[in-house]
Amino acid sequence: MIMSLSEKIITIAIMAGVTMAVRFLPFIVFSSSRPTPKFIQYLGKALAPALFAMLVVYCLRNSNPLVGNHGLPEYIAVAVTIAVHLWRKQLLLSLAAGTACYMLLLQFVF
Amino acid sequence: MTSNSKKWDALKAAFPRTIPVMIAYGSLGMIFGVLMNVAGFNFLYPTIMSLTIVGGSLQFLAVSLLQASFAPAQIVLMTLLLQARHLFYGISMLEKYKGTGWKKPYLIYVLTDETFSITCSAGIPEGIDKGWFYFFTSLLDHAYWVIASLIGGLLGSLLTFNTEGLDFAMTAMFVVIFLEQLMKEKKHYTAAIGLISSLVCLIIFGTDVFLIPTMICMLILLTIFRKPIERSGDFNDNEFE
Repeated sequence: MIMSLSEKIITIAIMAGVTMAVRFLPFIVFSSSRPTPKFIQYLGKALAPALFAMLVVYCLRNSNPLVGNHGLPEYIAVAVTIAVHLWRKQLLLSLAAGTACYMLLLQFVF
Repeated sequence: MTSNSKKWDALKAAFPRTIPVMIAYGSLGMIFGVLMNVAGFNFLYPTIMSLTIVGGSLQFLAVSLLQASFAPAQIVLMTLLLQARHLFYGISMLEKYKGTGWKKPYLIYVLTDETFSITCSAGIPEGIDKGWFYFFTSLLDHAYWVIASLIGGLLGSLLTFNTEGLDFAMTAMFVVIFLEQLMKEKKHYTAAIGLISSLVCLIIFGTDVFLIPTMICMLILLTIFRKPIERSGDFNDNEFE
């Protein structure tokens, strides 16, 4: 059962539409013409560190350290990224070191 | 003249911060384009999808969904499940995107994980116009994603150089931003809440559906511990400026 052209277009339009709705919703509910409720202002600030923690876990979600060596390259590369960043505090350098380390591990070691 | 130099300064301030995203979107976007091409879709599909959906993980999922049978209700649910985290990005950016005028709808439209991580964590340099800085950051990120998808979709399987692992740039970027966030705070209440919620929900609910339980968990914990978190002083008004 292959989709017809119009069904493909509808599928893509649904994905774009729902994504757009989710992105606009907070801005519509808490419009800038009225002051944002204090609790939402608090959430806005307090959420940021929690969201970055969630994004890190999300990126590493398929790297289970308990299953084989599957997560090992990821964790080594994350450790390298952190070490380089604590050493020099240069975002691009830390990224380059971590990514290069991961690519080498993946292509030549694992 | 002054208006042009204001834009130019904002572009110059924004560009270096988008380089990590250029690397990550460049490789991921091309992979996405190639996958679509190999699955039998011409280059217009990946290009239009990257232009309109602007969401990496959903678009990768779409490669397989578009080859299955037509299931609109399922598509709505999958999209909601995968994109719900954008509600939280919106709440975090409510104050920052205030007063950006006609640029605001575009900023909201293309607010991805990566763009959020730049606009949320980057302090605006002295003398740089906030609205234009956010606008160019968003526009550059969007452009990297669309152009990379277009190239991937055109070249398809002709693309043979080994990019395996290049997409780690994105993980590394989130790790560094999280680390900077940790070093900036005195107490780490909300970072701990985020980390514990995600790990516990990942273990309980599995890799496919853990995001929504994680967000509910975070919301409950942030509400319960509002007093001590506010008292910790990590979230004064100018904390992220």
